[in-house]
Amino acid sequence: MTITVAGVKKEVADGLTVAQLVIDENVETPQYVTVTINDEFVESGQFEETIIKDGDSIEFLYFMGGGQ
Amino acid sequence: MIKMAKADYERILAHARSEAPVEACGLIAGTTDGVNKDIKKVYILTNTDHAEEHFTLDPKEQLAAVKDMRANGLVPLGNWHSHPVSPSRPSEEDKRLAFDSKASYLILSLMDKDAPVLNSFHIEGTDAYKEELVIE
Repeated sequence: MTITVAGVKKEVADGLTVAQLVIDENVETPQYVTVTINDEFVESGQFEETIIKDGDSIEFLYFMGGGQ
Repeated sequence: MIKMAKADYERILAHARSEAPVEACGLIAGTTDGVNKDIKKVYILTNTDHAEEHFTLDPKEQLAAVKDMRANGLVPLGNWHSHPVSPSRPSEEDKRLAFDSKASYLILSLMDKDAPVLNSFHIEGTDAYKEELVIE
C-alpha cells in the first residue's frame, strides 16, 4: 500500500502499525514524538494498536518545550 | 551563521513583550546549505503551558506550521522562545528538552526591558554552543 510520511510517498506492507513505522523511520527519542494520521493525533499509548491504512498521511511532531 | 530579517525579529519581540510575564514561543523555518541558515519565516505559536517559566508548543499549531513550511519549500530550522526575566541562554530544562542537535534554539531575553537580547544556540546533550546570529 502507499502512504505519505512527512510529505513523502512510500510503499509499505499492509498491516503496518504506527509503532513499527516509528522504528522503520528511525525516529529519534520516540517517547517525545507525537504522531498524526490524516491530521488526527494518535494517542501515545495506541501506537501498537493503530494500523495504518492505504492512502494515510502521517506526520511525526517532535515535542518542543523548555523553560527559563 | 543564522540570518533573521529585522522585521521578523521585531515581530517576535513585540509578541514576547505582549505575552510577558508568560513565555512566548514559536518556530523558525527557511533554507540551509548545511552550515548557514537563512530564516525565511517565523511562526508564532501558543505556549500551551501559559506559564512564566515553561513553554510547550501547541501540537496542532505545530502541525499546521510544518505543513505550511512544506507548502512553501521551507525546512524547519528550529524554534524560539522568550525568557521574560532571565538571560538569553539555555536553561537546564531547555537543554534537557532539546532533542535535535542540528536545530537552532533562539532565546529572546526581556530581562532588560530596554535592551532585549536574542541569541541562537545549538544544544547537544548538556552542552550549548552559541552560533552567530545576524539580524538585518
